[in-house]
Amino acid sequence: MSAAVRYRIRHETAYAYGGNVMHSRQLLHLTPRSAPWQTCLAHGIELDPLPASRRDEPDAFGNTVTRLEFDRPHERLAVVATMEVEIKARPELDPGSTEPWERVRDELSYTGRPLAPRKLEVVRYRMQSPYVRVKHAFERYAQACFPAGQPILVGAELLMRKLHADLTYAPGETGIATPLMRIFETRRGVCQDYAHLMIACLRSFGLAARYVSGYLRTLPAAGATALVGADASHAWVAVYCPPLGWVELDPTNGIRAGLDHVALAWGRDFGDVSPLRGVIVGGGAHQPSVRVTVEPIASLS
Amino acid sequence: MAADSLEFYATDAHRYDELRDRTGALRPHWRPLIERLTADGPRAARRGVELAQRLIVENGVTYNVYADPQGKDRPWVLDPLPMVLPAAEWRQIEAGVAQRARLFDALLRDLYGSQQTLTSGVVPAELPFGHPNFLWPCHGMTPPDGQWLHVYAVDLARSPEGSWWVLADRTQTPSGTGYALENRQIVARVLPELIRELGVRPLTAFFANLRERLLAFAPEGETPLAVVLTPGSFNETYFEHAYLARQLGLPLVEGSDLTVRGDTVYLKTLTGLRRVHSILRRLDDDFCDPVELRADSALGVPGLLAAARAGRVMLANALGSGVLESAAWLGFMPGAAEQLLGEQLLLPSVATWWCGERPALEHVIANLDRLVIKPAFPSQRFEPVFGKYQSPTQRQRLIERLRSRPHAYVAQERLDLSQAPVWRSGETPGFAARSLGIRVYAIRTANGFEVMPGGLARIAGDSRVEIVSTQRGGGSKDVWVLGTTADEPQQLTPGARFRVRHDDLPSRLVENLYWFGRYAERCEDKVRLLRATLAVRADPEVWQRAKQACESFGVLRSDPRIAVALFDPDNPIGLTADLHRLVYCATEVRSRLSTEHWAAIGTLNRESQETTAALGEVVPPDPREVLDRLLAPLVALAGLALDDMTQDDGWRLLVLGRRLERLQFLATLISQRLTASTLASQAEVEWLLDIAGSTITYRMRYLAMPRIGSALDLLVHDGTNPRALAFQVLAIQDLLQRLSKSLGAAGDRSVESAFTQSLQPLLDVDLGTLEGEGHGAQAARSAFAAGLDALAAAAARLSDLLSSRHFSHVKSDMHTVAA
Repeated sequence: MSAAVRYRIRHETAYAYGGNVMHSRQLLHLTPRSAPWQTCLAHGIELDPLPASRRDEPDAFGNTVTRLEFDRPHERLAVVATMEVEIKARPELDPGSTEPWERVRDELSYTGRPLAPRKLEVVRYRMQSPYVRVKHAFERYAQACFPAGQPILVGAELLMRKLHADLTYAPGETGIATPLMRIFETRRGVCQDYAHLMIACLRSFGLAARYVSGYLRTLPAAGATALVGADASHAWVAVYCPPLGWVELDPTNGIRAGLDHVALAWGRDFGDVSPLRGVIVGGGAHQPSVRVTVEPIASLS
Repeated sequence: MAADSLEFYATDAHRYDELRDRTGALRPHWRPLIERLTADGPRAARRGVELAQRLIVENGVTYNVYADPQGKDRPWVLDPLPMVLPAAEWRQIEAGVAQRARLFDALLRDLYGSQQTLTSGVVPAELPFGHPNFLWPCHGMTPPDGQWLHVYAVDLARSPEGSWWVLADRTQTPSGTGYALENRQIVARVLPELIRELGVRPLTAFFANLRERLLAFAPEGETPLAVVLTPGSFNETYFEHAYLARQLGLPLVEGSDLTVRGDTVYLKTLTGLRRVHSILRRLDDDFCDPVELRADSALGVPGLLAAARAGRVMLANALGSGVLESAAWLGFMPGAAEQLLGEQLLLPSVATWWCGERPALEHVIANLDRLVIKPAFPSQRFEPVFGKYQSPTQRQRLIERLRSRPHAYVAQERLDLSQAPVWRSGETPGFAARSLGIRVYAIRTANGFEVMPGGLARIAGDSRVEIVSTQRGGGSKDVWVLGTTADEPQQLTPGARFRVRHDDLPSRLVENLYWFGRYAERCEDKVRLLRATLAVRADPEVWQRAKQACESFGVLRSDPRIAVALFDPDNPIGLTADLHRLVYCATEVRSRLSTEHWAAIGTLNRESQETTAALGEVVPPDPREVLDRLLAPLVALAGLALDDMTQDDGWRLLVLGRRLERLQFLATLISQRLTASTLASQAEVEWLLDIAGSTITYRMRYLAMPRIGSALDLLVHDGTNPRALAFQVLAIQDLLQRLSKSLGAAGDRSVESAFTQSLQPLLDVDLGTLEGEGHGAQAARSAFAAGLDALAAAAARLSDLLSSRHFSHVKSDMHTVAA
């Protein structure tokens, strides 16, 4: 197995509007984050037409957000993000060595004592967020994964596999407006829904979980099976597992994130990190077409 | 005497009595009021209550409750007897409220900045992070002047021991200041002498200072523009938004009236884009910008956050300030005051436990009987639960809930609210006791926070109700703060200066004014048409033709029940539907309408609703009576349009709407009659004159039996008859000239000139040639009818032109996109 892989990624989004768009504002999360196992070597965003203004700034979660304004009439918009990212193999983890989940919960709860800034950052990801409403039903669903004293990563991986087994991957049936409860009832959805559901279950136990937006390698490495969700942007979950820190789990594929996963941005849920969102004035019907390719350009042993 | 009037004023040992002390004696600050009212006798009391009631209905003071069976608008409930507070006591409240406003401003700055209150452990991080109004995109922002809070409100209640306690804080878009002012104005009509004699402190300076604060953000050299941003007429407090905007002299706008270009907010006005410096918003935090906040909000302004981030617009209050609206904060405020202000908190709050702390949770579970359990965050669908009313099973379930997500719940001690007198009218007038709380307001001025010397008292609908809330059907009272000689007369802040207000007419407002004019005239025309038609029922021949005319205008459906045929609300072009549209347009332009205007609209709305409701009854409403009752307010609207409005460009478009509507209606009506093969009979001409409201003029002028030729002279040619077509054309021409002078030359004027020229062919006709039974006369009538049709068509084109020229940028056609 390789120790590192270098990818070339191309993420094209094309809007063909039904008419002239007079004014538009767009918010992009298309710049890969840095992490100990991930290095961005090259990155660019091409825009057609050119915007009236562009700003690249860090957002509240440490992602780079690109804010665009278009003030001339235009009938189409193409956003092409290209990047080269090197992914290193992550260290082997021993789930059994992680802290019992109740201790993690209690350490993140308010006690009236000072809270280290690092922990304060973790607490952001424990609470209900706009796309992740926490319900008692989620707690009941995940109860078996978190018996008393269960090491947190053992529980989280059990939950991930349970979701992977119980849910059916069903592209096109759900959208961002589909309520989480409905996904939970029908047990059908896409990577976004798997991730939101897993986050909701974890937060229902008072644990911290964040939403990771990113990509999967398009074609499997020789001898491996193709992963689900490789033809578009992907999403998975990071769970706070002391003493290891954040561990990324991909419930859509039932695996830990590894050499095939490239992270773009993370936040509380999809709403914080959607790759492209915006508001247009005019234009009428619009159907974006999105193409993502993630090709390895080198495998480094 | 006093004993009689207080016969129904019960005492309650568990409550503080605002009116009487423990010995039963009137407290000194109530005495002058009660003695005077008692001396005036029960009849004066009844008159007072009735006057207040009438003023509320006339002024259209409403509180909208979405699920109210009475419909969209429920009248505001005001007990005209004020809540009285003595000067010394008020000074304590004032200092406490101003301190609290300062504290919340500092807390917002901390939460959206360094978060030291969280890292120090003074405040639980769960409170902001779990709150839907904590807006992460605002983290790290610095609002203009570094001020997060500009308008603040607090709900206070008096404990049985007599001290004032905080029940809740409002930091986002505090509502009620407009109602407080309206209450004062109504009560001032009911008890004018008492307000003067007792030296009740006035509220006017508070509003002047609020306006000044909003305008002060404009840089030197720019004409300041501040707006009131409303979610729209479906909001429960829309009346207040419109009222406040009118009192402050600021445009009332919706999100689609604003646009952000670059980092600057602009108002779309009749004369183009105008920079907005400040926004007094009544739109909730997360709805304000669909680009960065809730993407599904169609009410917001795309880019508003970018403008705020760049410090180019002052938002009162800053986006994200709603995070402090939760009872969960209450217990942590003393510590926050110490950390952020280095001060002791002056106002205590009702004992509150946030269950997210383990010891607090155990305390709450052990003391459930004394506590009310509330949600910690407004996004939870959870109604407050009184521990003592729970069955054993319910109680068990509640405890499970608390243990499973403790941070989501708050427990509060039940507070027995104080009681104060309300006026009871009816059979046995006098005073009754009701529990109450008061809402007090503060605004930031150049000298720090200033507290409104008064407020909004809210009373329970029933003396035993434990939660006082407007949405739950309570009532309100004015709050009188008594002056002392030591109180300086109310001063405007030193910076206050008179500023000339630009004519900033939002395009949407102007469009609605135009349609308000058109629908007012259309309703009047239709009522006159129906009335005149019902009057000729006895004459079968005229009746037949008149009915056809009504059908062609869509106001008569084929239904054997005459009232249904006339007033069916499901007829899309019927009178009832047009009345609805009229009321809708009036609601949209409410900030521009006087009280008298609004009273007429209120009457129309009531008449129309009552008629619709009575359609299914055994004895349906008498159509002629209904029409008479509708005509009076419609005629009043016509008069008010001429006499009761500032004659600016918005008014011009309103009157243009009226004139164009009248012209199209009358031209079409006359043309229809002239194309018929027979000459109009005398009775038909009378019918026509009746519709046009010109019967009397005709009789005075012609002293003859009505004939079509002379009738047309009066209704078409006569430039001095305000109902004639020639008069409309001249008036429209004049209005268009004034508009283009005020708005600048409009380029191509071909549509306007085509319109004015289309009158001439009609003026050239010798009307005598239209009378007669022969082919020649009939051909002349057809030709004249064709001329009328051409005039009506030219008017329609002119209306389209006005729409595209002045209203085209109204429709924002906004979509959110995501990929």
